[in-house]
Amino acid sequence: MDLLGFGDLLLQGTWVTIKLALASLAFGLLFGLLGAAAKLSGFWPLRALATLYTTLIRGIPELLLVLTIYFGGSMMLMAVAEQFGYTDYIEISAFAAGVAALSIAFGAYSTEVFRGAIQAIPKGQWESAQALGMTPLKTFFRIILPQVWRLALPGLGNLFQVLLKDTALVSVVGLNDLMRQAYVATGSTKQPFTFYMAAALIYLGLTVLATLTTTWLERAADPASRGARA
Amino acid sequence: MNWNWSVIWEYLPRLIDGVWVTLELVFLSGLLGLMLAVPLALMRASGNVWLRILPFSYIFFFRGTPLLVQIFLIYYGSSQFDLIRESALWPILREPYWCAIIAFTLNTAAYSAELIRGAIQAIPKGELEAADAFGMSRVLKIRRIVLPRAFGIVLPAYGNELILMLKSSSLASTITLLDITGAARTIIARTYTPLEIFFAAGMLYLLITAIMIGAFRLIERRLNRYQHYKAPEQVAEVDPRLVD
Repeated sequence: MDLLGFGDLLLQGTWVTIKLALASLAFGLLFGLLGAAAKLSGFWPLRALATLYTTLIRGIPELLLVLTIYFGGSMMLMAVAEQFGYTDYIEISAFAAGVAALSIAFGAYSTEVFRGAIQAIPKGQWESAQALGMTPLKTFFRIILPQVWRLALPGLGNLFQVLLKDTALVSVVGLNDLMRQAYVATGSTKQPFTFYMAAALIYLGLTVLATLTTTWLERAADPASRGARA
Repeated sequence: MNWNWSVIWEYLPRLIDGVWVTLELVFLSGLLGLMLAVPLALMRASGNVWLRILPFSYIFFFRGTPLLVQIFLIYYGSSQFDLIRESALWPILREPYWCAIIAFTLNTAAYSAELIRGAIQAIPKGELEAADAFGMSRVLKIRRIVLPRAFGIVLPAYGNELILMLKSSSLASTITLLDITGAARTIIARTYTPLEIFFAAGMLYLLITAIMIGAFRLIERRLNRYQHYKAPEQVAEVDPRLVD
């Protein structure tokens, strides 16, 4: 891939995009699990907090979230640091702001996916684990979570597709991802269509790769249906 | 950090101007997108492989790439070709507003077409066979049976799509349009109060989302009213005074 000498630049950008997507996925899954645990907890303030989180985040545009965290995040951090006597300027990198915004958004959507998956597991399994003398925490990690993975995978796969495409938004605050590098290449070659099309095709390749990985993971997580098909 | 409420009140009118731009973008491209999505869905659900391949590749491309790339492809990309610059289309493709409308329309058409296809395939086969038994032609069957039924089925999912569109419309701010997000960014460039103004913008989006959810519930009840229908005898059993 040469593209008037800008092929390497686009590939570097692709690598940044992949890193951003994977980092946001890791934190987003964590937020999603915490959110689902809070939504299903018996303690009402936790439930209210989780509901506020999902309603608020799912109702505002991801771009607004990225902009808020990038431009407002350092102000918030500085205000917190000031309480501890630290008064220097704190700057948030575009990458950190992107990971924060995308994982918070992913977390809000995956909270619902995880909640649905946890609720889809029959109550009898909790009861039999209890009968075996497992603590609720142990039941959750040994019995529930392994099955949640299988039930939540299709939903999570869709959300990851959305996340992958949303990484392009972080280019707006100056992260050198694929989108931004295409913009840079456009600036000196005056061939916007060529480079945005190249970027589009790379994104298309990435989403296809993500779909294939999800399908493979779904098959791996569900040996029963695999046996039935053969 | 000093939270400044007065800056929100001072600039609220400018943000509300942005609300109209956002709503215009969402509803205009939503409407155009729907008009494009129906034929795409019908082709996609057809039995002919060659007829299916065009909508398939269209949907594959627009659902597999970020909307931001699509907007830039149309807004910046179209200027690369002299053929377009000299054509009658140029006055339209030069305007960021129309480029945003085109990009959103093409994007939402791809997503809606998949939804409508799902709805078309969810129509009970017996209803289509009944239409055949009445001797309806293909076109008449599509117009009287397939589309009205599909719209009832697709409505909840389409409501979600429209809300996603509302959120995506914030990308119009990247090509200089003054929608809610765009207005917020220009205000912040002057006042440097990002938290307050973005908070206000977020609340406006939430408000629009809430209104849209409510409106769709109403339309859904109306379009799927057969599900809530009670025969007069059933009502009379509950309370005879209700039947007149």
